[in-house]
Amino acid sequence: MSTTVLSTNRPRLARQVRLQWDPVRKQQVLLAPEGVLVLNQTGATILGLCDGERTVVEIVEDLRGRYSHVAGDEVREFLARLVTKRLVELGDE
Amino acid sequence: MNRPFGMLAELTYGCPLHCPYCSNPLDLADYREELTTAEWQRVLTEARALGVLQLHLSGGEPLQRRDLEELVASARDLGLYTNLITSSLGLSPRRAERLKTAGLDHVQISIQADEPDLSDRIAGTPSYARKIEAARLVKELDWPLTMNVVVHRHNIDRIGRILDLAEELGADRIELANTQYYGWAWRNRAALMPSRAQLEQAEAVVRAARQRLDGKMEIIYVIPDYYSQYPKPCMGGWGQRQLTVTPNGGVLPCPAAHTLDLPRATVREHSLQWVWEESPLFRRFRGTEWMPDPCRSCDRREVDFGGCRCQAFQLTGDAARTDPVCHLSPDHRVVAEAVQAANEGAEQGEEDLIPRVRTVRRA
Repeated sequence: MSTTVLSTNRPRLARQVRLQWDPVRKQQVLLAPEGVLVLNQTGATILGLCDGERTVVEIVEDLRGRYSHVAGDEVREFLARLVTKRLVELGDE
Repeated sequence: MNRPFGMLAELTYGCPLHCPYCSNPLDLADYREELTTAEWQRVLTEARALGVLQLHLSGGEPLQRRDLEELVASARDLGLYTNLITSSLGLSPRRAERLKTAGLDHVQISIQADEPDLSDRIAGTPSYARKIEAARLVKELDWPLTMNVVVHRHNIDRIGRILDLAEELGADRIELANTQYYGWAWRNRAALMPSRAQLEQAEAVVRAARQRLDGKMEIIYVIPDYYSQYPKPCMGGWGQRQLTVTPNGGVLPCPAAHTLDLPRATVREHSLQWVWEESPLFRRFRGTEWMPDPCRSCDRREVDFGGCRCQAFQLTGDAARTDPVCHLSPDHRVVAEAVQAANEGAEQGEEDLIPRVRTVRRA
């Protein structure tokens, strides 16, 4: 099933998920029951902004202040993949 | 060289259950000299330094270790994600609270069936009611809950009802894993192997449940490799992603690898880093260099890594051969014959199952 992430959603990490720095790999990792996701810098920044308060629009704006060429669609697709894997939850619109 | 992501810590082979498909070794008495708390803490520290992020605390029954809370707390301090794989026997409300305080992240409870009498018969001890109670306790304490079910001829027809039970308990995940034939399960293979008709029915039930429960409960269904065309990518490759530490400190690329005639490696003599990087055991089947044909020239050699070394050894006597599950293996006939027997042979009943023996821990 494909998940649609709306600009007005307020994403947050799922309850059982931890985002942490791995000093061994020198990368951010997402830890969940039976799963590890090694994140690139952009992915880690996005997830660091998923606090259940910021909307997707606000997250994209924040990213545009840090990186050039931020595509809103790509951010939404990235989040949708993690929602499907139950690593991210979408708060109320 | 890759860094490992996961470590299976088999804290003890002591267990109150007697499941006839137990993957523990048959010679349980050899594992009584268990690692001490301090030794395990050293192993956890070395595991994290090596790259391990997921710690699977298992056994036997890990709750039989009185120092489990202490080990969980140490693991969490190191930044490991801690999973408890348990029968739940011994998970009293008090013990659960202590594990919660120690920082345990996730609990996986095994059930044998959805029906109390069958579940207790397979487990070889009254346990169903306590498991259900424990599952509710896990949810009350707001842990993510996984139900683990080993699937075989005597419970596969009940998968629909097992899924209903997991849903009713509020499980976040359920792992329906068809039996892999190692340890006690190898001894009981003929009595455990389902028929093709049973499998097809089960797969249809799983497909429908996945649709119905999408987003609510994750369903992991591990297919039985004897019925597949290609072998499983065992452990994501030998010495690539995972390692196992046995109760007495043996280090293995997979929990069944003690069956192979290879040099041992133990944390009592070496660092975990040396074992992972340098030991002859871990180097033996790492990568693709060791492969014979048909694997060596196969497009799938980096997909399934030649399958399972332990299964190759078990079925052919040579751990370096292609896993006979593969339809391209020159030894595939031995798998085909076992499958044929499960479908056409004299049907084996529950009474043919040999239960796992009890083992006594040395404190």
